[in-house]
Amino acid sequence: MTTIAAPAPAPRARPFEGFTQSLTLSWRTLVQIKHNPMELIDFSIQPIMFLLLFTYVFGGAISGSTGDYLTFALPGIIVQNSLFGTLNTGVGLNTDLTKGVFDRLRALPIARWSPLAGRIAADMVKQAWAMALLLGLGAIMGFRVGTDVVSVLGAFLLLLGFAMAFSWISVLVGMLVNEPEKVMIFGFAVMFPLTFVSNAFVQTDTMPGWLQGWVHINPVSKLADAIRGLLSGGPVAGPVWMSLAWAAGILAVFAPLAVRAFRRRL
Amino acid sequence: MNHAVLAEGLAKRFGETTALDGVDLAVRTGSVLGLLGPNGAGKTTAVRILTTLLRPDAGHAEVCGLDVVRQAHQVRGLIGLTGQYASVDEMLTGAENLLLIGRLFGRPRAEAKRRARELLDRFDLTDAANRATKTYSGGMRRRLDLAASLVKQPRVLFLDEPTTGLDPRSRLDMWQIVRELVADGVTVLLTTQYLDEADQLADEIAVVDHGKVIATGTPAQLKARTGAQPLIVRPADVADLPIVLSVVRDVTATEPVVEGSTVTASVTDPGLLPAVVRRLDDARVLVAELALRDASLDEVFLGLTGHRATDHADEPETEGVPA
Repeated sequence: MTTIAAPAPAPRARPFEGFTQSLTLSWRTLVQIKHNPMELIDFSIQPIMFLLLFTYVFGGAISGSTGDYLTFALPGIIVQNSLFGTLNTGVGLNTDLTKGVFDRLRALPIARWSPLAGRIAADMVKQAWAMALLLGLGAIMGFRVGTDVVSVLGAFLLLLGFAMAFSWISVLVGMLVNEPEKVMIFGFAVMFPLTFVSNAFVQTDTMPGWLQGWVHINPVSKLADAIRGLLSGGPVAGPVWMSLAWAAGILAVFAPLAVRAFRRRL
Repeated sequence: MNHAVLAEGLAKRFGETTALDGVDLAVRTGSVLGLLGPNGAGKTTAVRILTTLLRPDAGHAEVCGLDVVRQAHQVRGLIGLTGQYASVDEMLTGAENLLLIGRLFGRPRAEAKRRARELLDRFDLTDAANRATKTYSGGMRRRLDLAASLVKQPRVLFLDEPTTGLDPRSRLDMWQIVRELVADGVTVLLTTQYLDEADQLADEIAVVDHGKVIATGTPAQLKARTGAQPLIVRPADVADLPIVLSVVRDVTATEPVVEGSTVTASVTDPGLLPAVVRRLDDARVLVAELALRDASLDEVFLGLTGHRATDHADEPETEGVPA
C-alpha cells in the first residue's frame, strides 16, 4: 500500500504570518461593533458623560469658570477614560476564553500570540476613537489646542503607548478570573481610586497633605500632566519621561505575568 | 499511514482529579472511532490533547504521524475541531465567522469568501449567512461550528459531543453530514454519551470510564459482549403491579426496578420475553407496554463496569453503593 505523505506545513507560523493573523483577528474584534452598535455607544457615551458632567456641573465650583476647568480637565478625562478603556481588553479575552472562541482559534495553525496581539491592536483603535471623540467634543465646548499638530499627535501616541502597557494588567486579570463581569469588578475597584486620586480632575494642592504624596507619584497624574503639556502647552519633557518610565515599569512587571497566566490557562 | 490517530498511555491530572489515566487509542485512516462514555469520563480531555489544546502529563500521541506536542503547529494544519467548547464567535455573522477562519488559514479574501459561501450553502445556512450567530438555533449553530472546522478540508475531524442538546431532527441532520464527510475520506474521532449515536456512526467504539478505556470493538461486538437489554413491562391496571413484579423477578432471576407503574429488568437472553408474556397471560394481567429495548449506554456500562453511566459523575470513586 502506498501512503501519501502529508503536505508538511511549516513547523511554526512565520513572524509575518503572525502579523497578518493579528490584523485579521483585530478586524474580527472591530467588525463585532457593526452587529452590536450598543458597544460603540458603550465606549462613546461614558467619555461624553464624564466630559459634560465634570465641565458643567463641577467646573464652575472647581475652577471658577467652566471654560478654565475644561482646559484643565479635558486631558485628565482623556487619561481617565483611556485607563478605563483598557478593561475592554481583559473583558474581551475572558469572554473569548469562557465562550470557547479561544479554543477554536488555538486549534488553528496560527501564531500563538496573534489572538492576544489582535485583541490589543483592536482596543488601541477604540482608544484612538475615544480620544478623538473627546477632543472633538471638547473643541465644540470651547477647548482650544495651545500647541501644534505634532504635539497633538504626540499626545495620541503617548496615550496609546501608555494604554497598551496598562492593558497588560487587564490581560492578567482577564486570564485569572472565571467570568467577564469579574474583570469589570476588579477594574472599578482599582481604576476609580487610581484615576480620581490624581491631578486628572482637580489641582493637587487642594487635597490633604497625606494624599498629595501619592498624587505626585501616581502615573495617572504624570500622564495627565504630559497630555496637558502636549495639548495646552506647558512643561512636557518631565511628565512625558515619567509617563514612559511608568509605562515601561508596568509593562515589565505585568506583561510577563500575563503571558504566564495566558500559557497556564490554555 | 494506517492510523490517522495514535495515542499511547495518555495521562492528565487536574489538581486532585485524574482526568486521563493511561489512554491508548488508534483510529484507522478513513474510519470513524466513537469515544463513548458518561460525563466526566475523560473524553473531552482526550480530544483536547489530540487537538493540541492541552499537553498530556504522560504518554504521547500522533495525528497523521505528527507528534501533537512537538509538532503541534503542523498538526493544527491537518485537523478540524468541533466541540462543546471550541466555538464560533457569536457576535459575528455566519459568513464572517467562516471568512475569519479562511483568512487565518492564509487564504486571499476573495477565495475565503467563496469557500464561506460554499460551506454555508452546503450546511443550509445561506439564509442566515448575514445574521449574527447568537440568533442561530442550536442546530444551526452546530452546523456552523462544523462548517468552521471544514474551511480547510481536514484530514482528521474531531467532533466532541456533536449532537448533545440537539433536537431529534437536528441530530439526524448532523449524523447525515458526518456520514457524508466520512464518504469524502475524512477520518473522524467523535465523542458521545449516546450508544445509538456511536452505533450509527462509528466503525469502532472505545468505551471510556474514569479516564480509562475499558472496552473497544465494533458496535456489534460491544453489544454482544455486554448483552444486557432492558425488559420493560407496564400493566394497564396499577393494581397488577405486584403480580408483574413477581413474574419479572421469577423469569429473569434479577431484582427489577419499579418506576411509577413501569417494571424494568436487565436481561441477557431475549428468549425470556415470550416466557414473561405467557406468565402474565396465565395470570390474566392486561399489559399496556411490554418491550425489550436495545441496549443503551446504561446497559453497556452496567455490563462492563457494574455501575450506571448516568449518575456517577458526581460520585466519589470509592463510595459504596447505598443499600
